[in-house]
Amino acid sequence: MDRPARMKFPIPQEELMYSGHTACPGCGAALAMRYVFKALGPNTMVVIPPSCAGTIAGAFPSSSLKIPTLRISFETAAISASGIRAALDVMGKKDIQVLAWAGDGGTLDIGIQALSAAAERNDNIIYVCYDNEAYMNTGIQRSSATPEGAWTTTTPVPFTKDTPKKDIVRIMAAHKIPYIATASVGFPPDLIKKVQKAKEVVGTRFLLVFSPCPTGWRYSSEMTIHIAKLATETGIFPLYEVENGDKYRLNRRGWKAESLKEYFSLQGRYRSLKEQDIDKAKERVAKEWAYLLRLAE
Amino acid sequence: MKKRYSMKKLEDLPLTSITFLTSEANETGEWRSQRPVIDLGKCNRCGLCWMYCPDMAIGTEGECFTVVDKYCKGCGICAQECPKGAISLIVEER
Amino acid sequence: MKKVISANQAVSQAVRAARVQVIAAYPITPQSTIVEMLASFCAQGDLQAKFINVESEHSAMAACIAAASVGARTFTATSSQGLALMHEMLHYASGLRFPIVMANVNRALGSPFNLKADLSDSLSQRDTGWLQFYCESGQEVFDTIIQSFKISEQILLPIMVNLEGFILSHTYEIVDIPEQDRIDAFLPLPAERPILDVENPMMMGATTDLYINFRYKMHQAMEEAKAVCQKVDGEFRAAFGRGYDLIQTYRCTGADIILVTAGTIAGTCRVVADRLAAQGLKVGVLKIKLFRPFPKELLCQALADAKKIAVIDRDFSPGCGGILAQELKSALLGSKPDISLHEFIAGLGGKDVTDDDISWIVEQAMKAREPGGIKWIGLLE
Repeated sequence: MDRPARMKFPIPQEELMYSGHTACPGCGAALAMRYVFKALGPNTMVVIPPSCAGTIAGAFPSSSLKIPTLRISFETAAISASGIRAALDVMGKKDIQVLAWAGDGGTLDIGIQALSAAAERNDNIIYVCYDNEAYMNTGIQRSSATPEGAWTTTTPVPFTKDTPKKDIVRIMAAHKIPYIATASVGFPPDLIKKVQKAKEVVGTRFLLVFSPCPTGWRYSSEMTIHIAKLATETGIFPLYEVENGDKYRLNRRGWKAESLKEYFSLQGRYRSLKEQDIDKAKERVAKEWAYLLRLAE
Repeated sequence: MKKRYSMKKLEDLPLTSITFLTSEANETGEWRSQRPVIDLGKCNRCGLCWMYCPDMAIGTEGECFTVVDKYCKGCGICAQECPKGAISLIVEER
Repeated sequence: MKKVISANQAVSQAVRAARVQVIAAYPITPQSTIVEMLASFCAQGDLQAKFINVESEHSAMAACIAAASVGARTFTATSSQGLALMHEMLHYASGLRFPIVMANVNRALGSPFNLKADLSDSLSQRDTGWLQFYCESGQEVFDTIIQSFKISEQILLPIMVNLEGFILSHTYEIVDIPEQDRIDAFLPLPAERPILDVENPMMMGATTDLYINFRYKMHQAMEEAKAVCQKVDGEFRAAFGRGYDLIQTYRCTGADIILVTAGTIAGTCRVVADRLAAQGLKVGVLKIKLFRPFPKELLCQALADAKKIAVIDRDFSPGCGGILAQELKSALLGSKPDISLHEFIAGLGGKDVTDDDISWIVEQAMKAREPGGIKWIGLLE
């Protein structure tokens, strides 16, 4: 190189998380948090239930987060955000964003009742579910977001999870909230753009952020971004947006079903998958895409 | 992990567990068994390593991206994702 | 202004007068009319509050906690199953040291299913770090709710105001509602306390191994609370001409037997005490208004010369007995270890506790030399 290129920053530079947090090396959840907080900016308050994020946020007397944070009980991410929103509104502080930040367990399982209620009321909150596909903080137990065939400590071989991943986007779409998006730490600029878009919408906004976990998915920590990208490229984690429950926008069409084998083989949690399981996975992906493509017309 | 604070008196404590420090005192660089090395000759300043680091352990020094030794956990994402192969991982000697 | 209203309506009027800012609402008999009236106050603009229709009582308390975290004055109401459902959140509220006021309309806990008055629901929450008041009239309910906002905002602990289902909640009495400006003067905006603030970001409710220290601080606050409750009651008396103290004694001086109870049973006890006094038997009545923190010092003082005590519990802790009796016995252990204390359980599931029942209690306690076991009133033969 004859002359150094100009430095590029593909996403906003301001950090709203501090280094020194205790996420595992290569943690997708930490990245999800880093990106979403960047997109929202400092005029934000966040509620966090018990989760990896709760642990990453830190222990007294230190916090790794640069925005006001309330640690709340497991079931209550959505209603806690709604409660803060109501209070801020009645006190005239309508410009502060209120963020509910929960994992897949805290969203699809124990937190789904409160989330459904907040969505039905169309409470003016942003709810981000970072999805590492199991209860990771408590030691890799299965959640309803764990994909079919995956090993977890509560779905050990040969009783690996035998039901498909619960489709939280479809559930949220049924509530007809103004904005839903799937995003992935493999595509940070896309994630940031979606959060910034959500920021401008009034009402309940829901984002599902794909967050690979080296510890729970059993892969070497440097592969987090590669695996995240692969999940989308193989069609297993499509990137799309839904407005008002019925307007679907697919951010990418087309997927490489043949790369599914690589996706599964990179992760120890799928070690017990056989050829026929991978074929069934391909069928499921095709079926899901047929459904999405029909909705996106 | 060393404790980086000590609270000696009950009166020093707030009403409940309300934080008043940041995590920056926690030097997670002590965790790593491998460390990234950036070859500035190959680096095209694309910023992807900075973007993909879960620990904000890629910083800037002038016009260059640098590894923040204090915090880097050695996960290897930067080396894996660098499009120019400018980052290699070496064994942490310490 | 005097109105003829139910105690539930008295709750709603007090919440309106206290200018609550965020209300979480979920229906449960016999509390629902509280939140219904609050909804109509909000709808008509009589109360400038955000009214959140939640999907469960667990979420109701979560909403109050969240609202309190940014400094809002907040309220919810519940009963029985709903209170039990929010048990986890009661701990969160007190541990976060948030000033939340809640009305609990006492109702029996299922199973078996029963909608009527029973104090077991709130008494079995006595370990959650909430202050607890027990009321016996619509006026007392109104006044206690107003006082509770002031107390909780000073000691930074949440407060549960209890009123019996149907006996109070749905019974109409005369309640004096002071003018708003006098209430505003008594209950100004709360003092500053730690809240979430974008100008000074920090995390509330963080993990900690110093947990025992924070529990000790709560203990200190509970101890301080007794004095604060008395002080605020004194201020209320000065402002409005009525006060309640933490315990209320009636005809206790020189009494042959003192009946100790909480809630509306106390009223019936006083009627019986008057009747028996005419017959030459000296019966005293001690009503426990503040149950948490347990007013140990005041009770030991009031019962210092008691010859005999009969505790009437409209509650039951299986495997143990009446909760008031249990708490009183442990409070008296230091000062009156040999007191003749007789335990009675009555009125569970809303069973009426009549003056005849109380007379029978007095008779049983007077004739028994030793306390013996717990006596249950109103069982089938």
